[in-house]
Amino acid sequence: MNRNIFYRIWKFYFEGFKNMSSWGRQVWIIILLKLFVMFVILKLFFFPNFLKSNFDNDRERGQHVLENLTEP
Amino acid sequence: MIEAVDLTLVNWSRAQFALTAMYHWIFVPLTLGITIIIAMMESIYVRTGNPEWKRITKFWMTLFGINFAIGVATGIILEFEFGTNWSNYSWFVGDIFGAPLAIEGIFAFFMESTFIAIMFFGWNKVGKKTHLLATWLTAIGANLSALWILVANAWMQRPVGMQFNPETARNEMNNFWEVLFSPVAVDKFLHTTSSGFVLAAIFVIGISAWYLLKKREILLARKSILIASLFGLVSSIYLVLTGDNSTRTIATTQPMKFAAIEGLYNGTQGAGLVAVGVFSTSKTDPNNENLKDFSLKIEIPNVLSYMAFLDWNAFVPGVNDLINGNEQHGIMSAYEKMERGKLAVAKLTDFKNAQKAGNDSLANVLKTEIMDKAFQDNFFKYFGYGYVDDPHKLIPSIPLTFYSFHIMVMLGGYFVLFFILSLVFTLRNQLENRRWYLRLAIWTIPLAYLASQAGWIVAEMGRQPWVIQDLMPTWTAVTRISAGAVQTTFWLFALIFTILLAAEVKIMLRQIKIGPKH
Repeated sequence: MNRNIFYRIWKFYFEGFKNMSSWGRQVWIIILLKLFVMFVILKLFFFPNFLKSNFDNDRERGQHVLENLTEP
Repeated sequence: MIEAVDLTLVNWSRAQFALTAMYHWIFVPLTLGITIIIAMMESIYVRTGNPEWKRITKFWMTLFGINFAIGVATGIILEFEFGTNWSNYSWFVGDIFGAPLAIEGIFAFFMESTFIAIMFFGWNKVGKKTHLLATWLTAIGANLSALWILVANAWMQRPVGMQFNPETARNEMNNFWEVLFSPVAVDKFLHTTSSGFVLAAIFVIGISAWYLLKKREILLARKSILIASLFGLVSSIYLVLTGDNSTRTIATTQPMKFAAIEGLYNGTQGAGLVAVGVFSTSKTDPNNENLKDFSLKIEIPNVLSYMAFLDWNAFVPGVNDLINGNEQHGIMSAYEKMERGKLAVAKLTDFKNAQKAGNDSLANVLKTEIMDKAFQDNFFKYFGYGYVDDPHKLIPSIPLTFYSFHIMVMLGGYFVLFFILSLVFTLRNQLENRRWYLRLAIWTIPLAYLASQAGWIVAEMGRQPWVIQDLMPTWTAVTRISAGAVQTTFWLFALIFTILLAAEVKIMLRQIKIGPKH
């Protein structure tokens, strides 16, 4: 029965995408391009998480911020 | 020193965040409102069984789909910026910011993958009532999704429900409900979502007006204008009421922002509301270019006092009272707050030094002192002032805040009249004869976007220099990376977002020209 439900859900999405209108296809191309630019190009090359990429653990991250907040 | 952080870096980081947020906000308000209008139209279809309403619903759903698809995930870039450009801030806010954003993410995911799919793919595959339920749930989900973002923003405007832990250098949430139901959060949610409702109603009326001007889709246009006018009128009245309440909250929680939105330099009892004001190019104060005299000012006596404190003669503090203090009215000076802030920073420095020296007992004593309620209420509350060397830095751009506020308020008033006019012409069956009104309706669409953006400028520029009100100024929050890197990504975003916006406008205009399917 579960398999039947999953199959129906899959079929619902599959047919929906298959029968999509032309504007629907266009915006899906834009969505996919946008997600690629955002997560593959921008996130990887331009927007690394500063604290995660420069420090190994939360203790070090906390110490770094504490240092920034209390510099004489 | 934190005071010595490169202001170019701070300004570019701020500009980049503002650019991203403003572009993101082009797409969001339409989604918030049009989903409800669509749900109302579909409800009529399900109730009456009239296929014309189904056609109308599907047409506006197409425009919603385009807007939603182009705008989806543009807000995630803001989260990227938190991690890269604002790492001190991201760490300092701890789970307070993380929890609402995580809830928003889950909400958005389930809503987008489930209910919207049923909305678009489910016609003739699920029952009418199931489809209608999915449409309503999409509308409710979109607005609840906004709730969590607005709760996070409200916390930055008025930090509550947390305690700072010096050991982790983070604020830790100790009362979720206080964060969720803070007066600022409630006001912000109601006012922001209702602004989205108004914008969407104007969008629907404006496009319908275009059809009437072109003598096309007359039935669709008339029916759409009727629904949007009713929804818009109720929403615009609600928008004015929530705006009024929001202003009162600002008067008590962010008095400097309140003084800035009215260009009030010297506090007074029975303060007048500046209905119309134009700033001169001369400076009131040679130390601060933000302080400018009015060259023209039309004031309504006592109204500002009533607006702020529901008392016609109440004292409303001005910029100078907030900087220099006012003993008579119990207003602490910025100088005193700076002293207290410096004591809080010094205590945190002692804690850090004790920790570094391996003096655990002293570190524990200092930690207890910092986390003590009296210290939190009297000193840590002003922590951010400890990084301010000149009190003039505490004054936001008054002309920008003033003009943005007045543009927003004037347009808000205009929208109420516009909806009344729309309703009257619709009910009297005079829409097609009033071509001036139809043209006005089309030109009101950009005005709705202008008002919406102006509202956010008031909210965010008016609270400068704070990233977190009284706790963290922008120059403390920023990551020490190169300003050049931020400049590069600023222009990159400007390009990407402009392409996305152009794509949306192009696809949407084409769909409007094509019109609904017959």
